[in-house]
Amino acid sequence: MSRFFNVARGVAWRSIHNTVVNPAILVPSIVFPLFFLIAFAGGLSRISDVPNFNYPPGYTAFQFVFVFLQSAAFGGVFTGFAIARDFDSGFARRLLLSAPRRSGIIAGYAIGALLRWMLTGTVVTIAALIAGMNVNGSGIQLFGLIGLGVAMNLAAALWACGVAMFLRTEQAGALIQMPVFVLLFLAPVYVPLSLLTGWIHAVANLNPVTPVLEAGRGLLAGSPVKVAIAFAGLAGAAMLLTAFARRGLASAEKAG
Amino acid sequence: MAVETAIDLPRAGHPSRSAGLVEQTLAVGRRSVVRVFRQRALMIFPMIFPLILFAINGSALSPATRIPGFPTDNYRDFLLAMPFIQGAMFVSITAGVDLARDIESGFLNRLAMTPLRGEAMLLGQLGGALLLGAVQAIVYLLVGVATGVSFASGVGGAVVLLVLSIVISFAFASLGGLLALRFGTGEAVQGIFPLLFVTLFLSSSSLPRNLIKATWFRDIATYNPVSYLIEALRSLVITGWDVQALALGFGFASLLLVISLGLSQSAMRSRLART
Amino acid sequence: MSGSAAIDVEKLVREFRKGPRAVDGIDLSVSPGEIYGFLGPNGAGKSTTVLMLTTLLPPTSGRATVGGYDIVRQGAQVRATIGAALQEAALDAMLTGREHLLLQATLQGLPSTKRRQRAGALLERVGLTEAADRRVGGYSGGMKRRLDLALALVHSPRILFLDEPTTGLDPQSRSALWEEVARLARDEGMTVFLTTQYLEEADALADRIGIIDHGRIVAEGTPPQLKAEIGSPSVEVTPTDPELGDRLAELLSGFGEMRRNGRGSVTVQLPGGEAELAEIVRILDRAEVRVQTLQLHQPSLDDVFLAKTGRKLEGSGDSPIVEAPEGRGRRRRRRGG
Ligand SMILES: Nc1ncnc2c1ncn2[C@@H]1O[C@H](COP(=O)(O)OP(=O)(O)OP(=O)(O)O)[C@@H](O)[C@H]1O
Ligand SMILES: [Mg+2]
Repeated sequence: MSRFFNVARGVAWRSIHNTVVNPAILVPSIVFPLFFLIAFAGGLSRISDVPNFNYPPGYTAFQFVFVFLQSAAFGGVFTGFAIARDFDSGFARRLLLSAPRRSGIIAGYAIGALLRWMLTGTVVTIAALIAGMNVNGSGIQLFGLIGLGVAMNLAAALWACGVAMFLRTEQAGALIQMPVFVLLFLAPVYVPLSLLTGWIHAVANLNPVTPVLEAGRGLLAGSPVKVAIAFAGLAGAAMLLTAFARRGLASAEKAG
Repeated sequence: MAVETAIDLPRAGHPSRSAGLVEQTLAVGRRSVVRVFRQRALMIFPMIFPLILFAINGSALSPATRIPGFPTDNYRDFLLAMPFIQGAMFVSITAGVDLARDIESGFLNRLAMTPLRGEAMLLGQLGGALLLGAVQAIVYLLVGVATGVSFASGVGGAVVLLVLSIVISFAFASLGGLLALRFGTGEAVQGIFPLLFVTLFLSSSSLPRNLIKATWFRDIATYNPVSYLIEALRSLVITGWDVQALALGFGFASLLLVISLGLSQSAMRSRLART
Repeated sequence: MSGSAAIDVEKLVREFRKGPRAVDGIDLSVSPGEIYGFLGPNGAGKSTTVLMLTTLLPPTSGRATVGGYDIVRQGAQVRATIGAALQEAALDAMLTGREHLLLQATLQGLPSTKRRQRAGALLERVGLTEAADRRVGGYSGGMKRRLDLALALVHSPRILFLDEPTTGLDPQSRSALWEEVARLARDEGMTVFLTTQYLEEADALADRIGIIDHGRIVAEGTPPQLKAEIGSPSVEVTPTDPELGDRLAELLSGFGEMRRNGRGSVTVQLPGGEAELAEIVRILDRAEVRVQTLQLHQPSLDDVFLAKTGRKLEGSGDSPIVEAPEGRGRRRRRRGG
């Protein structure tokens, strides 16, 4: 087991190191969520004037939860880009050759993704607080919100890891990103689910991201809803995606 | 003397007779177009992405039409302008990355060895992007019409919308070309992309300017020229013939075009730093 | 001489802003129809020189004419006179070989009626007829090089610049390219300026060689001249019994300058040439010194390079052995090593 952790630690270290020393990777992963926060919370705040829009902490908090969870998911996605790049450059092959416990590679990338997102998540939170976000939830409820983010990050990282390892080319980037992006935006991003109509309401209703988002918003507002469903969903996703990532790793091993 | 096995080559014409500007532009443009169409897979994503966003936000933001004073009752009418601008931004990346690749690979040097003129090189290189922009615009227009968007300015307005969006694509493509020529790497061009998107979202792309609540945001949107590009396109859909909006839209698009094309021209000249 | 030279270079210098003096005052002159081999290790300044001579990079100082035109003031005329295949075969992976040639022909201003014919002829010349309508992305390294050469020839240049044309090619492709370059010089009177890291290549192909190191030309001449400068052949004798080294040295000391190599082995210069080998064998036989190996070293460009720069040329030794193209009276075979 210690070999597993050694591999994981090495891979995670490298992933963090690459992020920190390369502004081209670091800056977008911080700036993008901030920008979404500005564009959504700032630009669309009038939407909360729509009749029946009811979220006591206000629109900034409403959008903060989305951006927070989105940045968690994209922290995982960006790691997938890095994996794909590693396979393109041949570095991953060396990793496969030298790692005694290869599943540690997946864990390492996932830990790297988590550490990276912690930075982004902190920045986004500080920005939202500066912008005057109201926080009504209790400490333990906020902890729950962070837990949702961590689980989201993990699920996305596993997904990205699997796709990147199956495809092993930088072109995999679009394929990693698109489904995550679409899934996130097919949740009730701008208004609560109840205000959506038509096909988007039907889709959002079925979207597994919806309960996560609603749970997060509930926790921040101090009136939790669907928290159990959200965590159960994320745990299920993480399990399935772990299997998927391991299959991806196996396929990469087979390809040599 | 060894036996001559190679076939006899016809002698080339006088090298001093150089092809005309038009012929050169067409030759380079042909290549650029061929490149674009042989990488169809790469075309798909930039074309589809704005449509996905249009589909999602067209529905997800439709409650916004219930904000008092919102100019339409169909949010899709309001939003249709957005994919055109987004598509144009993708075109700028395609154009820039393609040109940067030629710089990095030395292909530009190869062309520089011929009597090719800088203008022909630049316009030809942007040709593929321009065509891509036109194809995209037509697709977006068709999708808009198919999803029930109606044009307040009628068929003529749709034509003007196409023309304006092609001018906008050309302007953004020149901007991409300029970045490629200045920095010479694809990453530098890609790096600007988030910035372009920021300017799109910090504009009146999602709500009319007078309905933006945060004043600082409204101010940014007012100073952001992208707002006027969007508003010009949008006016044709939701208002009819709004001369002022159109003048501002065409004005800013042409200004961007003239500036980036002009700067590209001189950047191209120093890039082709042949003596 | 300089009035009629195809390439004439005087005190050419190129300094890079944040880099070294890549080319540090070189002088050279290439006659029409000559193949000039520009030999040097990585980073010596070969490509920088080629870029300046092909007008793609302005020199910092010095002057040069190519085809009688000044490379700074008459760039357009220079470009019309020359063809160049630069170090990176800059090709568009998305285009076919034929499309490349047609584009080049158009930009070079060939009349539209001639372009297809010219493209077809050149494709055949470089053996790419079958691959002509495939995308270059699927070409092998050798095919790309050959296409690159064809592109350089589209406008029938009088002077051809080839920057490391055979680096990365297998022996067959390499010898085919040598063949073609030799043929161009022989049959079409083309002047060829060729850079290479391979001694064999320079030796086999070039009429004259300039050795460049750290931006300076450290030696220049025909291959035999350069070798002659290094002097006579030498022989290395290794006795079966290392103990006999002293005895061996004593026996051979009469021939010329001598060097002990350890393990009893001795190297001795033969000022009288290879003929003295027989005498050595006789002496050793008479003295009953049993010999394990006896190796004759002809002076090679390796030795020239070593003597001029104090270093061995990277890439020497691992370059494959290829038959030299035949046909030009002035050219010799590969050195017998
Ligand atoms: N654009 C540039 N900017 C800065 N330095 C440069 C540039 N181009 C070349 N150099 C430097 O000039 C020197 C000579 O480079 P050059 O490419 O001419 O060498 P070369 O002989 O062609 O080597 P190789 O065999 O590797 O192709 C090198 O030290 C190189 O680092
Ligand atoms: Mg070089």
